Formats: sequence, structure tokens, C-alpha cells
Amino acid sequence: MRIKVFRFVLFIVGLLFCLPILAVILGALKSDRELMTALLPVIGAGGGKISWHLLPLYPTAKHFIKLLFYTPEFFTVFWNSMKIVACILAGQLFVAVPAAFGFAKFSFRGKNALFMAYVILMLMPFSVMMLPSYLVLDRVNLMNTHWAVILPAVFSTFPVFLMYRGFKAIPKELYEAARIDGAGEWQIFFTIGLPLGSPGILSALVLGFLEYWNLVEQPLAFLEDPSLWPLSLYLPEIHLAKAGMALAASVVTLLPAVFVFFMGQDYLEQGIVASGMKE
Amino acid sequence: MRLFKKSNSIWQSRGWFLLPSLAGVTLFVILPFGYMLFSSFSNGFVNYKTVLANEAFHLAVKNTLWFTGVGIPLLLFFSFAAALGIYKSKYMRLLKSVYLLPMAVPTAVVVLIWKVFFHKAGVLNQILELFQIQAADWLSGGMAFWVLIISYIWKNLGYTIVLWLAGMSAIPTAITEAARVDGASEWQCIRYMILPQLKPVFYTVTMLSFLNSFKVFREAYLVAGAYPQKSMYLLQHLFHNWFTNLDMDKISAAAALLAVFFALCSLALQNMWEKEEFS
Repeated sequence: MRIKVFRFVLFIVGLLFCLPILAVILGALKSDRELMTALLPVIGAGGGKISWHLLPLYPTAKHFIKLLFYTPEFFTVFWNSMKIVACILAGQLFVAVPAAFGFAKFSFRGKNALFMAYVILMLMPFSVMMLPSYLVLDRVNLMNTHWAVILPAVFSTFPVFLMYRGFKAIPKELYEAARIDGAGEWQIFFTIGLPLGSPGILSALVLGFLEYWNLVEQPLAFLEDPSLWPLSLYLPEIHLAKAGMALAASVVTLLPAVFVFFMGQDYLEQGIVASGMKE
Repeated sequence: MRLFKKSNSIWQSRGWFLLPSLAGVTLFVILPFGYMLFSSFSNGFVNYKTVLANEAFHLAVKNTLWFTGVGIPLLLFFSFAAALGIYKSKYMRLLKSVYLLPMAVPTAVVVLIWKVFFHKAGVLNQILELFQIQAADWLSGGMAFWVLIISYIWKNLGYTIVLWLAGMSAIPTAITEAARVDGASEWQCIRYMILPQLKPVFYTVTMLSFLNSFKVFREAYLVAGAYPQKSMYLLQHLFHNWFTNLDMDKISAAAALLAVFFALCSLALQNMWEKEEFS
């Protein structure tokens, strides 16, 4: 009985957790006048209290229309985000997938030490890597270009670690059987490794998408030109006086992330579990 | 030729699997990091002395330690309690989704809602007023610290719950059921059966929570900018500001210190895992 009450409480708290998301979506449907009245204490120095009702009084799609049809800079920023995320994930597929396969399947001198180094690197916060990344990017003249954000992320060791788990889970006998049948290493990689290791790869992609769609530190440090910024830096720049636009832009930003979340929730959970599994 | 083929060097055809990743990591991480380390000693220990005597550094270290010291135990406690409730529930999937969803929400999307929620005249204070609790200036007062804690827990609770649940589901149910038959109470089961088995998970969860705690910079920066209220000023702010001011000497010394600290943490974690294995 007690556990049922506790679960009910958990459910209610969970709903509260989703409330901010609901507030963004419903807020984007509010009219300018309603938003202004509600936000007056934030915008002006005037007194009074914020009165934020969850449901819009007179729902309108005006902000979305304005955003999608009359705000060209939003498109620039949206495609900046898309480009950065797509390039990072594609790059990781080319770099991290074979590396993870190599770590999981081959044995060579120094492998354990090398893998340990990868794990330690994966745990380093951006604060540590900021200056080293800058040193390289500046030397090769990539500062203030999208590549400054893309390239260091492509060589992140975190996806290697996640995918490694996926490849490691494939029974060794399968590889051996394939080798006896005369398959080369690349053939084994494409016919056995990729199909059977795909849950690990997908986990890394889902976690990666959510992470890179939300990049703040890297573009902030490496992209000076606001026209190169991703959504995560552009959104907070919209002035509160244009709250309707800001909210509509927030919803459009939210959609791809939520879509990936619901499509890939199982892989996301697997990825989280794999990130926390010991070697 | 045969001898060559049998040796386990990674520079054979198998080496191509690891090559792109190794080359990228060397070029973008290891070499520049080594260079930074080297140049941090360019004038002996002067850079290190400057950093260690720097007041902003003291403040940032103090706040970061304080934040992790308060945030992580709270996160561990709440996530563990929630995982106990969710474990074996009929609505496990639904409950997990509800708590995981904030993880998919880009920080920038909720910035506006945070401002409305935590504003002096905002929603939180109005709720508190109902309970006769004194209103606080959450964003510009010393309470700003708690804004970070709340948004950290909001974003990471689901992640941590999933890790706990994975650990719990690995415990053979036969053990707890046998204990229950012998008359153990619910609390005794948790205390003497479940908790001891979750020790390795506890280490992992702590480490990952620590890592993810570094990402609250996003909330802090997007809500309050590069120079927030004093209680919110974290190491990441300090690095960011030194970087913007091109204070390379200070960053290189501070980044080296932070890197050593993180490397020691991850080695300690691996050590604890191994101990678990042999005990």
C-alpha cells in the first residue's frame, strides 16, 4: 500500500518535471498582449507580480508564422545547428565506429593502456580541453568557422567507449567462424560487426544528438560571429520584449530533440547504462 | 612475410581501424595538451603560484566544490528513492520517460521559463507565499546557487534513475524474495540486500553525476551571463573569462591542475571497481 502511495507521488512529481516543457509549448501560443502583461515585471523595472497561466487565453499561431516566414536569421541559425550536429555525428561514424571495433576485437601491445587513456580523456570537462583545442584550431586557421566546433567533437572518445560496449557484446565465436570461412577483417567488420553492434552505435548517436543539439561552451568559445551560432546561443539572445518569438523559436528547437528522444528512448537508456558500466 | 603477419602490431591492415581515431586524438588532444602542459612551466612555477593565489580562482573552486558537495548527494538520494519506487512498477516505462525527458530539452529552450519561474516577482515566490515562506531574490541574491542545484537535479534525475534501475535489475530476485519469506521488512531488504549489491553502481553514478555537474555552466551562463551573482560563479566561468581575456598563462596552469584532479578521480574510480571485483 505504502509503495502505491509513493508511486503516485512519483508520478505527480514527474508531471511537475514536465511542466516547464509544457509551459514553453503553451506559452508560444499566447498572444503578444497576454505575454507582455504577464512579463511586465521582468521586462520593466515596474512592480507587480508575474501572472503566468499555463493555458493561453486566446491561442494564436502568429508567432510561429512570423518566425517561420519573416525571420530569415532564424533559418540561418537553425541550419547552423543542423549542420554542426550532422557533421559531428557523421564524422564520429567514420572515426569512432572502426576504432571501437578495433578496441573490442583486436589485441595488441599497449591496448589496455591506450583504452585507459581514452577513458580518462572522455571524462575531461571542456574547461580542460578549451585551451588545447584553441591552440590547434588557431594554428590551422579554423577559429570562427563551424569546423572549430565540429572537428574536436568528431574525435571525442566518448562514442568510442559507448560503441566499444556494443561490439564487445558480440560473441567471439562468430568472429572466429567468419575468419575460418576466409573472411577478411573488413568483411567481418561490415557483415558481423556493424549489424550486430548497431545498438551500441545507435545509443552513441542518440546521446550524441541530444548533447550536440545543446552545445553551449564550444560555440561560445570558438565562434565569434553571431551568424555562425547554433540555436543554443541564439535563443537566449532574443529580447524578452519579443517573448512570443523567443518561445516559438524554443518550440522549434525543442521538436527535433524530443523527436529523437521518443524514437530512440530505448537506445538512450542502453547508452546511459553502457556509459556507467565498468570495463 | 609470415612472421610479419603473425605479429600483433596495430600497424597492419587491422591498424587502419584505429588509425583515424588515434591520429585525430593525437592531433587535437594529446599534442596540444602536452604543449599546454609544457608552456605552463615556461617560467617555472610562477603560473601555478599566480593561479593558486588568485582570488577569483578561490571563489570558483569554493563554489564548484560547494555545488558538487550539495548537488551530488541530493541527486543521488532523490534518484535512488525514485528508482526504488519505479523498480518493478507497472508504469516503469512511463515513469522513466517522464523523468528522462528534461535531459532531451536543450538548455536554451527553458531559459525564458527559468527567468519567469525564479524571478523576484515570479512563480516560485508566489507558490512559496502560499506556504507563508519569505520570498527570495533567486536570480540575483545568494539564492542563485539553489537555482543551479534545482536545474541540475531537474536535468540529471532521469539519467541517474536509469543507472540505478540497471543496477537493481541485475540483482537476482531470488535473494530478496528469500529474505522476505524469512520475515525481513521492506526497509531491511533495502538496507541489507539491495544497497550492498549496488556499491559498484554507486561509484559509477557518483562519477557520472560529478561529470555532468560541470554542464550546469550552460544554465548558469544562459540565465545569468559571464559574470553572474557571486554564489553562482563556477570554475567554468573563470576559464571562460580567462579565455576571453586571452589569459593563456593562467588557463594553462589551471587546466593542468584540473586535468590532474580529473585523471586521479577516474583512476580512483577504476581502482574501486577492481577492488569490488576481488572482494
